[in-house]
Amino acid sequence: MSGLLGNLRIPHRKNTASMPAVKLNPTGDILLPMSQHIGAPATPVVKAGDSVKVGQKIAEANGPVSSPIYASVSGKVLKIEPYLRPNGQTVDAIRIAPDGEMTPAEEIVPPEIVDMESFLLAIRESGIVGLGGAGFPASVKLAAQKNGKIDTVILNGSECEPYITSDTRAMIDGAEWIYKGVLLLKQHLGIEKYIIGVEDNKPECIRKMKEVFASAEGVEVVTLPSKYPQGAEKVIIYNTTKRVVPEGKLPADVGVLVVNVSSVLTLAQYIETGMPLVSRVVTVDGDAIKNPQNVEVPIGTSAQELIAFCGGFVNEEDVGKVLYGGPMMGACLATLAEPVLKTTGAILAFTKKTSKMQEPTACIHCGRCVSACPLDLDPTTFSAALAYGDKEQRVQILQDAHIGLCMECGCCSYVCPAKRPLVQNNRLGKAEVRDYLAHQATLKK
Amino acid sequence: MGNLTVSTSPHIRSAVTTQMVMRDVLIALAPATVAAVVLFGLRALLLIAVSVATCVLGEFLFHLICKKQQTIGDLSAAVTGVILALNLNTQVTVWQMIVGALFAIIVVKCFFGGIGCNFANPAATARVFLAISFAQVGAQVPTVYTDLVAGATPLGNLATGSELPSLVDMLIGNRGGSMGETCVIAILLGFVYLVVRRVIKWQVPTVFVATVFVLSWIFTKDIHMALYYVLSGGLLFGAVFMATDYVTTPIRTSGRMIFALGCGILTVLIRFFGSYPEGVSFAILIMNILSPYIDKLTAKVPFGGKRK
Ligand code: SF4
Ligand code: SF4
Repeated sequence: MSGLLGNLRIPHRKNTASMPAVKLNPTGDILLPMSQHIGAPATPVVKAGDSVKVGQKIAEANGPVSSPIYASVSGKVLKIEPYLRPNGQTVDAIRIAPDGEMTPAEEIVPPEIVDMESFLLAIRESGIVGLGGAGFPASVKLAAQKNGKIDTVILNGSECEPYITSDTRAMIDGAEWIYKGVLLLKQHLGIEKYIIGVEDNKPECIRKMKEVFASAEGVEVVTLPSKYPQGAEKVIIYNTTKRVVPEGKLPADVGVLVVNVSSVLTLAQYIETGMPLVSRVVTVDGDAIKNPQNVEVPIGTSAQELIAFCGGFVNEEDVGKVLYGGPMMGACLATLAEPVLKTTGAILAFTKKTSKMQEPTACIHCGRCVSACPLDLDPTTFSAALAYGDKEQRVQILQDAHIGLCMECGCCSYVCPAKRPLVQNNRLGKAEVRDYLAHQATLKK
Repeated sequence: MGNLTVSTSPHIRSAVTTQMVMRDVLIALAPATVAAVVLFGLRALLLIAVSVATCVLGEFLFHLICKKQQTIGDLSAAVTGVILALNLNTQVTVWQMIVGALFAIIVVKCFFGGIGCNFANPAATARVFLAISFAQVGAQVPTVYTDLVAGATPLGNLATGSELPSLVDMLIGNRGGSMGETCVIAILLGFVYLVVRRVIKWQVPTVFVATVFVLSWIFTKDIHMALYYVLSGGLLFGAVFMATDYVTTPIRTSGRMIFALGCGILTVLIRFFGSYPEGVSFAILIMNILSPYIDKLTAKVPFGGKRK
């Protein structure tokens, strides 16, 4: 080991890295689910028949761990309908028919910021979530700074998943905005140290970042090896600061905050213009897509429309999987009616042949999964534990082997020569432990 | 457009498969196999073919009878066949070869659940099994376990003090011994191939061999003799092809190095103090049994994990 975490070489396939995002003006329905983040779903403040404009608030954040939702197009609210999230939760979703005008709302004014409190409020009102895919509301992460715990902000520009280049484009095309964003964070949060972590397969981003931050004090651009998963939170924290986030703790507990470069860009735009998060750059790629490219798309646009915008499929009959996110951690779409969410960095479509997974065979104890795990976990223990008949024993083994640490990064499954479903087993194991603990907790009460 | 496939991440996998790993092992065994035929004649070829055929057919029939999914396609049975044959000398009879191969594949591998489930190395176990059974059965077949015969191999020579082959002869394999273990150059070629293809880590055979070298040096107080101890017997072959078997060794590299160290110590102890002049197979077998404990010993506290 080179002393850095993450040692997996995977194909990069950054085919769209040189393509600035092209704007899409949707004609099909926009569907905006009330939950695109971790936490409580937002509450709709519009009803069927209402006219809306771009940037108009259509749903209010509900409690501290939540995020407001804004109309991403101008048009008419058709209805509020149930929407099934991939995690099985059903939430409301607002369906809007766009009028094609993209008229901005009159209410768009830059937020007034006088102190940290109003800055945090502005971040919350910006609608930014996710700072990297998990969908954790930005304001919640930053709130840790209220008691001055954070001394370093890491801007995550590693973009370690294959194919995806939306952050790459943000660093190249939006370098100035990222610069402004960092200045704003500095000014209002009083954090002095900023580290921008970029993988070495993006030399243009590194050059651009170094250029804009050349005279900025306390900002360091760190080149990371392009070895997966550099962008995983614990990994980038360790590789840039050598700090270890202990099991069950948050990055703030070791004084760091990790934000995605694109989030910083959006934040800067919101604070300067007042336009909240209504669109995002999505990389559309994969061997089933006719014209792979980066698209700036209003949130809520359907995958169908986005793919059609990119020339559609190479062959309609030969589409195996369509993913939201990268091939290592992304989720399969069951239908193309699925809307683009705040957290969607990529839509990848693969042919049947590429989508095909080999059947698992017996584990040959080769140890590749163990060597590949960036956190030194032993996935074979997790899989073996699931075979035990006794639930208590299963949970005990899983916990002793620290299953809670698994970040489902996919390295173990990727390298397994027997093609074992290790990550899937890890998920089952984690769910089992979670259910067991929840059950124990209810018993205590 | 048909239905979309829905499956869990990751959606890409490395190209390496079990079959590819086993194929690489077979390729790595090729130089030693060719050397065996060159040095020991066509009888070597016959025995290797019998061993491989018995292993593959044995596994096939076992799975057929037990209605289990066939696994001979993963080539692991063929690997066992080659390794077992190369571990024996050309005086072994065809039926002994068949018995040994069936023992390796059926008793040691299939009975324990097939690939990935056996706790002991099939080839090493079968070699020990043949040595013990046929040595006890009668003096008319004492040659199965070459090293039992004083003077048949350099190890025997070392034990009896008779004249040693030159070092050059040792390197090209011009000496008595098991079919695959004599040609040092062929084994090293296989070693380099396995390391380059990342099938094995170089540390494991190296620790094994270095341990034997150092201990032999200490015991004999003669570096020249220590060199002979390293080059003779089944040490190099065992270190490269048997002590690196995934299934029967610890899962972490750290554990595998402890495993190799243990193998080295046991080999030397058996060679110097045991009643057999050769101890590689025994040593590997004993360490196979200890592997799960080494795994426990070398389990790491994961990154950021609380110590329990
Ligand atoms: S998915 Fe979990 S166990 Fe597998 S490599 Fe990633 S962190 Fe390790
Ligand atoms: S990588 Fe696959 S075959 Fe190798 S030890 Fe892990 S689970 Fe077993």
